[in-house]
Amino acid sequence: MSLGFVMLCHTALDRAAQVARHWAERGCPVVIHVDKSTPADRYEGMRAALADLENIRFSPRHVCEWGTWGIVAATQEASAIMLRDFADVRHVCLVSGSCLPLRPVGELRDWLDARPRTDFIESVTTADVGWTVGGLNAERFTLRFPFSWRKNRMLFDLYVEAQRRMRVRRKLPAGLVPHLGSQWWCLTRQTLSAILESPDRAEYDRYFHRVWIPDESYFQSLVRMVSANVESRSLTLSKFDYQGKPHVFYDDHLQLLRRSDCFIARKIWPHADKLYGTFLHPDAASQPRAEPNPGKIDRLFARAVERRTAGRAGLYMQSRFPNREWVNGRTAAPYSVFEGFAELFEGFDTWLSKVAGTRAHGHLFAPERVEFAGGAQFYNGSLCDSASLRDYNPRGFLTSLIWNTRGERQCFQFGPRDSQKIAPFIAGDPHAQISVITGAFAVPLFQSNRNFGEIRAEAARLQRIESEFLTILRAPEVKARVRIWKLAEFVESPMEPLQMIVDEISPRSLRRLTEVPRLTNLTGFGQFLQNLRNQGMKPELMGDFPVGGDLPNPGGRRPRPYLVK
Amino acid sequence: MTAGRSATACATDAPPPPETGAANLWQAWRLRIRRRALIARAIRKRRELRRLTDRTAAIGKGAILCAMVVRNEAARLPYFLDHHRRLGVDHFLIVDNASHDGTAALLRDQPDISLWSTAASYRRSRFGLDWLNWILLRHGHGHWCLVLDADELLVYPYHDTRPLPALTGWLDSQGLPAMPAMMLELYPEGRLGEGSYRPGEDPTALLPWFDSGNYVAQIQPRLQSLWIQGGPRARAFFADEPRRAPTLNKLPLVKWHWRYAWLNSTHSLLPARLNRVWDDAGERTSGVLLHTKFLPEVLEKSAEEKTRRQHFADPARFGPYYDGLLSAPVLKCPQSQRYRGWRQLEALGLMSRGGWI
Repeated sequence: MSLGFVMLCHTALDRAAQVARHWAERGCPVVIHVDKSTPADRYEGMRAALADLENIRFSPRHVCEWGTWGIVAATQEASAIMLRDFADVRHVCLVSGSCLPLRPVGELRDWLDARPRTDFIESVTTADVGWTVGGLNAERFTLRFPFSWRKNRMLFDLYVEAQRRMRVRRKLPAGLVPHLGSQWWCLTRQTLSAILESPDRAEYDRYFHRVWIPDESYFQSLVRMVSANVESRSLTLSKFDYQGKPHVFYDDHLQLLRRSDCFIARKIWPHADKLYGTFLHPDAASQPRAEPNPGKIDRLFARAVERRTAGRAGLYMQSRFPNREWVNGRTAAPYSVFEGFAELFEGFDTWLSKVAGTRAHGHLFAPERVEFAGGAQFYNGSLCDSASLRDYNPRGFLTSLIWNTRGERQCFQFGPRDSQKIAPFIAGDPHAQISVITGAFAVPLFQSNRNFGEIRAEAARLQRIESEFLTILRAPEVKARVRIWKLAEFVESPMEPLQMIVDEISPRSLRRLTEVPRLTNLTGFGQFLQNLRNQGMKPELMGDFPVGGDLPNPGGRRPRPYLVK
Repeated sequence: MTAGRSATACATDAPPPPETGAANLWQAWRLRIRRRALIARAIRKRRELRRLTDRTAAIGKGAILCAMVVRNEAARLPYFLDHHRRLGVDHFLIVDNASHDGTAALLRDQPDISLWSTAASYRRSRFGLDWLNWILLRHGHGHWCLVLDADELLVYPYHDTRPLPALTGWLDSQGLPAMPAMMLELYPEGRLGEGSYRPGEDPTALLPWFDSGNYVAQIQPRLQSLWIQGGPRARAFFADEPRRAPTLNKLPLVKWHWRYAWLNSTHSLLPARLNRVWDDAGERTSGVLLHTKFLPEVLEKSAEEKTRRQHFADPARFGPYYDGLLSAPVLKCPQSQRYRGWRQLEALGLMSRGGWI
């Protein structure tokens, strides 16, 4: 039994003719419909080019504007010619001029011969359709669409809106259940003729004349009334982007198309010489082939939709610049900010990078220069240590750093001496883990060899800046994970917070800290704070330090037991 | 956005409040006036151009054009033309600004080039933009046009397998009138000016290195464009004055309409909506211009530029920049990346395929 093709084309007629010739020469009759808006000379050229093939017919031409009845009318007429002129055709396949057979037509014929009573047409009830774009699902069938969407978008929209307001609803022909699906089908002679010769056809045609995009619903709905054996899928591989526009296949998709094992694909770029050359080659290899499985290549398309609609998190570049209010994906990966730790512990960053296996920077926002880990002048992505370049766009600097080091967690020190412009950004970033020991900025001052008047002024300045930072961190809309300890409180039991922070940074290595960074010597710190008080400043972020007495000795206290969850 | 969030916006780095409708309208009106003035100026400036060879009659429907202004680029042009012909440029529209190294002779006899020449001031024609605006107005209408400098090589996703008509077809299908391509500055292994370049060679062989992730962008609300700066020149010459660092965003590929006009080099266009080539959530399709400025001849050229004072609106302020260039520094740093093709650039986030598969 034979297989016939009904081909709808409007541009790139040379390619359409090439494919039609391919099928016709292999014993498959082809009925070609050329859009009436295609220039007459091109149409005549195509006719002339295929004149030598006796199993090719041209059907009367209709204007095929997207989304209108013309496409269905063209299909009906061409199908009728196919059924009338080629009596031994059992399956009729509807294809477009930009379709390309991916497997030898003999394979398709054998495959269909094994399924002689099956109709292959994607046909889904409107309730289950997820792919239509623009919100017109059920309304395609209940409203009227006399205006062109392409040419009169405004009238189209207005008329739809007016019908919605006035609650106009069309009555469906008796027994018709609206179904939608891909335009490209393969039906048996029995089914197709039952649709075309139905006594109610005039009624159906009248109804579908005013349905929106009837080419995706006419056959898809009617087939349910006449066919006993519908397999709801299309034999044509065709992929749509998130706006509902068909993807085009190019030369570099050769392997992808092969892998799909589908029989026919659309749309093929007309200049894809390699694709046409390969798949239309007379001895196109016919290896043992599996069942058609377009799902195998779906991941690629899903990824493209995601890239186009969501983009890569934390990437700021020429064609993606996320909104400033955008909360998720401000940065590419989690990172940690430490305030006060480097002041309180000796060699904190070395210790941190060792126990947590991360990259621990110094004060990235230090006023003199960017303190990259290891004192590097340049860091990943050729970021350089110039403070003025960093301060020109601190947000760009930080997002670049986190983007450039994807896959390796970054930790950096922060403090009231540093440039503060970045503070609101990290506070609003769910990727940031901010740990603050308030008042620790006083420790280096305490150890410094400066005049007390200077120290007092500097302490007051730093305290003011840190208070502002804390206000930002305590705002209700903060998205970062924030932990704040007062210096006195932290010094009392430093192990527990350290353990907590390290566990959070590297959750997989849940183990007790064996090595603790060395706490700097704070003997006399209480007196130092008292001296500040005596000079008229009010140190309030450090907490309560006893004036003369000894500090609580962290080593002497038994740490509270740590629970491993 | 909830009311609670906007009330405490200061803490989450929220955007400035949007301008009112009236201010927007006024702004749009002013840009419209500006655009008309630019077009009028371009029409006036056409008198500065002398036609050397005019093959524009050969431009067919749907042809892809490439327009440029050149000066003493005889060394770079052979590879430039080769590269862009391979991408699918059908016709080049070139203005030669008083070259004296045989550039005109090189271009005159090529069948797909139309050539104009002028000895007028580059600076006073708004750095060549008036000439470009005129040529595009006259010949570019309805065509996809590439507007490049001779030291820029366009790469875009799949450029090795899909020629420009595939790209422009995709952009058309998405309803996009322009595609951005950021300048990516390539530099050599050693000091600037070392080695020698023979015309026709691939410049990326001599200039294999680039900065992969030190770019910063900000939105210019009036023009709706993204202002991108950074890269090797920013860190080597403008660390103290980052605001003056070169602008890297460009819009080299535009489906031209005679009412369009270049505003600021090929960084921004009027009408301003054309500059909105970025998305605020997902990625759109973009390319990269490989910038081959740092070929060995950069030293002589910079010395000449410094004295001709035809570049930059305020040349005097760029003295230190030229001095920095002329001291032949090494731009390569331990973190520089070696150029390996568009897939690498896409993975690094310098360009994107967007939804193009």
